[in-house]
Amino acid sequence: MGTLVIWINQALVFGSVIMLGAIGETISEKAGNMNLGTPGIMCVGAAFGMIGAHGYENSVESPNALLCIVIALSCAFLAAAIMGAIYSFFVVSLRVNQNVVGLVITIFGVGVAKFFTKLCIKTTTGNIRARFAAGVFGKKIPWLSDSLGIASDILFSYGFMFYVTIVVAVLVTLFLSKTRVGLNLRAVGENPPTADAAGINVSKYKYLATCIGAGITGCAGIYCVLDFKDGGWATADIADIESYGWLAVALVIFSMWKTVNLIWGSYLFGFFYWAYQYLPSMIGISISTDLAQTLPYIITIIVLIVISLSKRKENQGPASLGLTYFREDR
Amino acid sequence: MEPKVAVLMKGISKSFGGVVANKNVDLEIRHGEILSVLGENGSGKTTLMNMLSGIYYPDKGQIFIDGKEVNIPSPKAAFELGIGMIHQHFKLVDVFSAAENIALGCNEKGRYSIAKISEKIKNICDKYGFDIDPAQKVYNMSISQKQTLEIVKVLYRGSKVLILDEPTAVLTPQEAKRLFNVLVNMKHDGKAIVIITHKLQEVLSVSDRVSILRKGEYIGTVNTKDATELSLTEMMVGKRVELDIERPVPQDPVERLRVRNLTCVNPDGRKILNDVSFTAYGGEILGIAGISGCGQKELLESIAGLQTVEEGGHIEYYPKGGTEKEELIGKTPVQIRRLGVSLSFVPEDRLGMGLVGSMGMAENMMLKNYSDGTSFFTETKKPRELAEKIMKELEVVTPGVDTPVRRLSGGNVQKVLVGREIASSPTVLMTAYAVRGLDINTSYTIYRLLNEQKKKGVAVIYVGEDLDVLLALCDRILVLCAGRVSGILDGRTATKEEIGLLMTNTKSVLEEDVQE
Repeated sequence: MGTLVIWINQALVFGSVIMLGAIGETISEKAGNMNLGTPGIMCVGAAFGMIGAHGYENSVESPNALLCIVIALSCAFLAAAIMGAIYSFFVVSLRVNQNVVGLVITIFGVGVAKFFTKLCIKTTTGNIRARFAAGVFGKKIPWLSDSLGIASDILFSYGFMFYVTIVVAVLVTLFLSKTRVGLNLRAVGENPPTADAAGINVSKYKYLATCIGAGITGCAGIYCVLDFKDGGWATADIADIESYGWLAVALVIFSMWKTVNLIWGSYLFGFFYWAYQYLPSMIGISISTDLAQTLPYIITIIVLIVISLSKRKENQGPASLGLTYFREDR
Repeated sequence: MEPKVAVLMKGISKSFGGVVANKNVDLEIRHGEILSVLGENGSGKTTLMNMLSGIYYPDKGQIFIDGKEVNIPSPKAAFELGIGMIHQHFKLVDVFSAAENIALGCNEKGRYSIAKISEKIKNICDKYGFDIDPAQKVYNMSISQKQTLEIVKVLYRGSKVLILDEPTAVLTPQEAKRLFNVLVNMKHDGKAIVIITHKLQEVLSVSDRVSILRKGEYIGTVNTKDATELSLTEMMVGKRVELDIERPVPQDPVERLRVRNLTCVNPDGRKILNDVSFTAYGGEILGIAGISGCGQKELLESIAGLQTVEEGGHIEYYPKGGTEKEELIGKTPVQIRRLGVSLSFVPEDRLGMGLVGSMGMAENMMLKNYSDGTSFFTETKKPRELAEKIMKELEVVTPGVDTPVRRLSGGNVQKVLVGREIASSPTVLMTAYAVRGLDINTSYTIYRLLNEQKKKGVAVIYVGEDLDVLLALCDRILVLCAGRVSGILDGRTATKEEIGLLMTNTKSVLEEDVQE
């Protein structure tokens, strides 16, 4: 039982991280920008968020929890949004192939993350840890987290970002389906000439959606470091975050581009991703780590097959996803 | 009373790359009037209107709306000025409902509510006589419904100037008639309406004035009541067009293709072809008539080997010089091509089937014969020569044979497609909608080419939309109705009414199905 609860806890926090990443990617993809730079952007968000959080708590006597959150998240958001702007500049303004730019952004982002953390965070011990920020991000809800027995263990033993992420997913779902701007955004990703003819500024929507989406993805990066990784930072972590970024990209497909599906899909991914740690002790099955961690990708492939078999257009991705739009193209 | 001028365009010029689309065009659009903009394909009608609706920006010239000079940098600006355009390719989002499509980009004050928008749509529909379900998804709509939605969309935004780009190209005659009734209703409501077209009957029956463009230049404007089909044609093409299509008597026709009991089921399980039997002879043109979507495409694709057909059907081919018949069912498209059965299908979007948009003419020629020759390298000289020949003979307007074909105008793309099929010197030549959207001159060139093939003894199967053309060109006319052959008529003696009756004979066909 105890192992199962630990597994659930890990799956949920991990799922929450990639959910936030996937929310950002979904917003971008809804505008027709297939941002494969997501892994790199998550790394950049993690790095700059860490620079901000670490810098803040080491420069003041008694750090303030709220300020710590604001600094960490806004550093991550801004740095990631700049990456999104670079992506948009190439894809929207220069009309370069989206896949090429996306992969370049990922490679570039990983490099930027490594370089700037080494440059900005000086350490004598070799261990970098944002102790205070990790405490703030990992702080559980008082009372709820310890007095409801098993419910506390499963539902309430997480930091605030866990709940924020669910709220963001719900808000983005409502935004996309119930607001005028959301409708316009979906139209841009489905059929840009139509959106253009309807008087929507396609480039503006694409830029904004991608930058805001990238910013949210960046927040997933710092969330990962300060909560899931408990504030620790080593160069090896960047490779981890990068692979989580790919998982977020896969999760968007798994959710069939519906943010509401991310809420359960991400946790499912978390379960599968960490199954290798718990399966041996729980039911005595032991499989290779690398093989086990491909499970989320395998179910994504299955989902893709199901999507392509079903004729329902609503389940498919935005129709113009991955395509560049040029008004006077004939 | 002076007519109220809604829009005045003065000295408009626009070019794409080296190709001039519009040169010094003037145009006047008035309230409470229907104006036809008439011109051949590639004459710049759509480009001109696109500049009014903000899709393109003119290189030169002025636009006045209600007397004031304006600048229309974007479609949004056009909307704000009360200009709405219904494009030939509908600008609708497939996965959205009718109401969502209408709400799109429409920045009304107040809360966004689909219920409220649906209510307003209903009011517009009642006022002008449309029929639309606001909750229906666009991908479930028929073409005519989509067009209605487009018009309602424009009206919803309170546009005073409506521009329709070839509105009847995709409609059945009945649907077209209904559309014209609605247009007249809107005209009486004081709207200014522009229809871009190249169909003379439409111009004469519905519009008040006609402005004519030729090769991007403005020729003139006449009142419809003073115009005749002949005078308009002269203005449009600049030279008198031979209105009679040549039809030589078939010289000793030989059996080339015999189709027996062909049945074809579409993915939804509906019989798209039902027990079709006919024979095609070399040296004659067999026309196929029918309302679009009655199985014309599937019939040709079955013969070309692109469709799976039900058991029990036969497609027998009698090769030239041989006595042995060949069964085409079960052969691959390549094998069928090698036997000399050629298909040129011109789809609605023209580039969809048969041509690669980003390749030049020469490379597109190569698509059909890349496997010829024995060398490891592809043969490039012959396709290039062929492309140059087609370019010259069919007067394809392009900067060169290496220019990507998607940059050519629709009519020119079609010339490339049909020209290539004819060049492969087949024994059975199937063309579908070969003149769809083509101007008169080019259409005649195509008819001439088909007749040349016929004289050579080729069995030509011509699927067409225009009954007049079918009656003037074809030796026999097969009429398809809901997947069945409802009759085969002699092209020399048949009348339009006869064909029309057979085409719309769906009721008896459906009743037969029920009885089965």
